[in-house]
Amino acid sequence: MISLNYRDSRPIYEQIKDGLRKLIVTGAIGTDEKLPSVRALATQLSINPNTIQRAYNELEGEGYIYSVPGKGSFATGEAGAGTARRQELWEKTRELLAELRYLGVSQEELMALLAEEPSGGAPAGGNKEGTR
Amino acid sequence: MIQITNAVKRFDGFAALDGASLSVPAGCVYGLVGPNGAGKSTLIRCLTGIYRQDEGELSIDGQSVWENESLKSRVAAIADDWYYFPQAAIRDMCKFYRGFYPSFSMERYEKLKEVFQIDERRPLRRLSKGMQKQAAFWLTLSAMPDYLVLDEPVDGLDPVMRRQVWSLVLGDVAQRGTTVLVSSHNLRELEDVCDHVGILDHGKVLLERSLAQLQDNMVKLQVVFKDGGGVPEDLEVLHASNVGRIHTLIMRMSAAEAQNRLAVYEPMLVDAVPLTLEEIFIYELGGADYAVKDIVL
Repeated sequence: MISLNYRDSRPIYEQIKDGLRKLIVTGAIGTDEKLPSVRALATQLSINPNTIQRAYNELEGEGYIYSVPGKGSFATGEAGAGTARRQELWEKTRELLAELRYLGVSQEELMALLAEEPSGGAPAGGNKEGTR
Repeated sequence: MIQITNAVKRFDGFAALDGASLSVPAGCVYGLVGPNGAGKSTLIRCLTGIYRQDEGELSIDGQSVWENESLKSRVAAIADDWYYFPQAAIRDMCKFYRGFYPSFSMERYEKLKEVFQIDERRPLRRLSKGMQKQAAFWLTLSAMPDYLVLDEPVDGLDPVMRRQVWSLVLGDVAQRGTTVLVSSHNLRELEDVCDHVGILDHGKVLLERSLAQLQDNMVKLQVVFKDGGGVPEDLEVLHASNVGRIHTLIMRMSAAEAQNRLAVYEPMLVDAVPLTLEEIFIYELGGADYAVKDIVL
C-alpha cells in the first residue's frame, strides 16, 4: 500500500507520511478506519519502528489521524487537516502555476481546470476532496 | 541501555580504541559507521566480552560486561566471522545455543525453519557463506535476546534475505523492544533501519545523534544568487560547489534557519534538499581529513 523509493531524496518518514496522507485524502482509508500498526508497517517495509512512529506522530499533529491508546491510529476524515499543510499546498500550487504559465498555459485554461473539479477549487484547497 | 565510556584497547601499543564513548538507548537501533580500521569490530568485540578493554567502562543495563555470564545470556551477537564447531550442523549448534541462552525458544526455531529453508542436518562447513550467515540469524533470533549486536550482518546475503532478516529484526524491535547495535558500511540500508547513528574514526566517536537530529542539523541548498554573484564570504558553509550559477551549499543548521540566513542576500532561487546519510558521513569525515581524493592513475 505504501511503496518507498530508495532513490528519492525525501527522508523515509516523509515518504511514509506522504503515502499515508494520500491514502487518507483519496478515501482509500476511510474516516475512523484503523491504520496499519507500527509493528506491521515496520516488518512489511523493513523500516525502523521509531521512524514509522515519527511519521504517525507528525500526521497526528497535522490532524490527519488520531490515536487511541492501546487500540492504534485512526483516520480523522475530512476537514481535520491543519493549517500548516494547507500553507504547504498553497506554496506548491503557486510553484505549479508559475511553471504552467511559463509553459504558456493561459489564464482561461487554468480557470477551466478549476471549473472542471466537481467540488470547486480542489487543486488549491487540497484537503476537501475524498468525501467518497 | 548500552553505555561505553572512554574505552581504550591497545594492540602492541596501537590504540584501536582511543577513548570511545557512546550510549545506545533501550529499544533503539543504533548504527555504527566509520571508515575501514576505525575500530568498529574492536568495539563490538569489547562489548560482547571477547576482548577486555584496557581502560574505560563498558556496561549493558548498568552492569559491566566482562565475565558477566548472566548478562551475556541476554546479549546475542553475530560476529563478522561467525563461529561454529567444526563438524556441527545447525541442529547441533541449536543445542549449544539452548545451553547458553535460557530464553531460547524452540517454537521460534521451528517457525524460522520455514523462513530460512536450510537443511538443519547438513554440516555448517558445507554451507555457503551467505547460508552460514542465515544460520547465524536463525539461531540468534531463536535465542530471543534483549540485546542484539551485529557486525556487518547482511554481508553476503541476497537481496530477498536482507529484507527478510531486517524485517524479522525490526519486528522484534517493535514488539519486544530489543536494543540493536549494528555496524555496517551500507549507509543506504542503515538509513532505513536505524534511528541512532554514531560515526567512529581513529578509535574515537566523532559524533552520535538520532537520525532525525542528524537530518535536521545539516542541509543541502541549491542557491542562485542575484546578478550571478558568488557565495558571500560571511556565510558559514561546510562545503560549497557550483555548476554555472547554481551553487550547492552544505550548511550545519536546519533548513528553515538556512533559508532565513540566505534571505538577506535576496537570492533568485533557494531550494533545500535533505541530505542522505551517505552525504552526512562524507561531509562529517571530510572535516576530519578523510575524503575522496582526486587522484588520477
